[in-house]
Amino acid sequence: MSDILTMVWKESKDSLFQGGRSALIRPLLLIGILGIALPWRLGLQWLALTPIVMVLVLYIPFITIISFVGDAIAGERERHTLETLLASRISDRAILLGKIIVTVGYAWGTALIGLLLGLIVANLLKGQGSWEFYTHVDLFLEALALSLLAGLLGVSGGVLISLRSATVRQAQQILSVGTLVLVGGGFLALKAVPAQAISSLSTSQIWLIAMAVIAVLDAILLGVSLVSFQRSRLILS
Amino acid sequence: MPEPIIRTEHLSRFFGTVKAVDDLSLEVPAGIVFGFLGPNGAGKTTTIHLLLGLLEPTQGQASVLGFDTRTQADEIRARIGALLEFAGLYERMTAEDNLDFYGRIYHMPAAERRARIKELLTHLDLWDRREDQVGQWSRGMKQKLAVARALFHHPPLIFLDEPTAGFDPVAAATLRNDLASLVAREGVTVFLTTHNLTEAEKLCAQVGVIRQGKLLTVGNPDELRLRKSGPQAEIVGHGFNEQTLALLRERPEVAHVELHNSHLSIELRGESEMGPLVSLIVRSGGEVEEVRRGKASLEDVFLTLMEEENT
Repeated sequence: MSDILTMVWKESKDSLFQGGRSALIRPLLLIGILGIALPWRLGLQWLALTPIVMVLVLYIPFITIISFVGDAIAGERERHTLETLLASRISDRAILLGKIIVTVGYAWGTALIGLLLGLIVANLLKGQGSWEFYTHVDLFLEALALSLLAGLLGVSGGVLISLRSATVRQAQQILSVGTLVLVGGGFLALKAVPAQAISSLSTSQIWLIAMAVIAVLDAILLGVSLVSFQRSRLILS
Repeated sequence: MPEPIIRTEHLSRFFGTVKAVDDLSLEVPAGIVFGFLGPNGAGKTTTIHLLLGLLEPTQGQASVLGFDTRTQADEIRARIGALLEFAGLYERMTAEDNLDFYGRIYHMPAAERRARIKELLTHLDLWDRREDQVGQWSRGMKQKLAVARALFHHPPLIFLDEPTAGFDPVAAATLRNDLASLVAREGVTVFLTTHNLTEAEKLCAQVGVIRQGKLLTVGNPDELRLRKSGPQAEIVGHGFNEQTLALLRERPEVAHVELHNSHLSIELRGESEMGPLVSLIVRSGGEVEEVRRGKASLEDVFLTLMEEENT
């Protein structure tokens, strides 16, 4: 466990907080879009966590993962720091889990801050004096859980792609295309489901099913990532 | 006889049809700087990867610090330090954080890490720049920091893969001096790969020469010089000609003689007197200005070995 925390410390220093002020631009921009611009635009819809809000809450943090996970793995190889790390005592698993925790934490943190900030902005816009929480608390909790699971899906897939990419740029390009394919595929899969099957479910139930599907995909991709991230393979690649 | 710190037996690693390391049997005693010499692509880096357990051998076996590289690689990596082909520093992190990270990896307590950072960075004249992002540093400074990182957790053995490769002579000499003083101070065994023969001559108590994955010879630099060529003499002057060379070649103490412009290079059999040879040269019409005794450089030995392999 202490090795994983060591990697979390290093990843935080190396990826999140060492780029000076410019490193803050991207998260602030995303939080600004998710927590201010969208609630401003959507108004009370935001507090109801309508499907479009849920999709945005899931999708925007997902974008952050594309740049982070590519840099965390393909970047280490491109900058020739991975070989030295592999020659140390730290385990393959601690290296990988440390990187996953930081990247997922970053994406999930963005979603959480966005939701909380959005709550304040939507209430300010409402301007009726009393403060309201999200209309459906279960949907709010599902949004948090879904963004965590979606983040894990993005990171696990990103690890696999980064392991096979020669450069950070290549990893990011494949991840961008992969994300579009995933979103498009999800949309088509949803369209293929008979309308009456969907109408018989509540919104909360639909999101629970989505969570279950993503959790299964997470488990598969995370397992494959852990198997793929091995010293002997990384040294030869 | 103490147990060698590194031992390989018929160690081989093939990549398809390429024999990167081929039947390498080697013993490195503790407490020395061992130089692993070879041209580019000789198999030096692959040997380090095998010794660190980062690659599985195709054949043979190796042990480092008494641990098998196949089955106990984690134990090896927990006890060694390494500066591999690239410095491997995190350029967006400060020098202090780079060392601190590796201290954390080796579970050093915070107070010990702080003290060690100060000790090593002060010794290497980098303390004042400790809060700089490493990306802003010169290559020489980065390489010094990478050496400090390899030694940070007090390992008994460190691997240095061509630490001065690509450096200008002044930067290489500075790094070499820092390396020598640190290694002496820390009492650590060093496995150093290099194709820089001056470096090997200055730092190494023992060297092994590898080419195309095969170990050609092992020994201390003096032994190798004697094994591959005898004592040498250089005679500077005028009027040396084919007759001078023919007369010298007839002498039993002369193993080999060559004429280069105005000087004669003579390889001797054993520690012969130079007086009779000088008289012979003078009698043949030569004028002697200076006589220098010497021994073959490691470079001569290295080139001889490479030539032998080619023929």
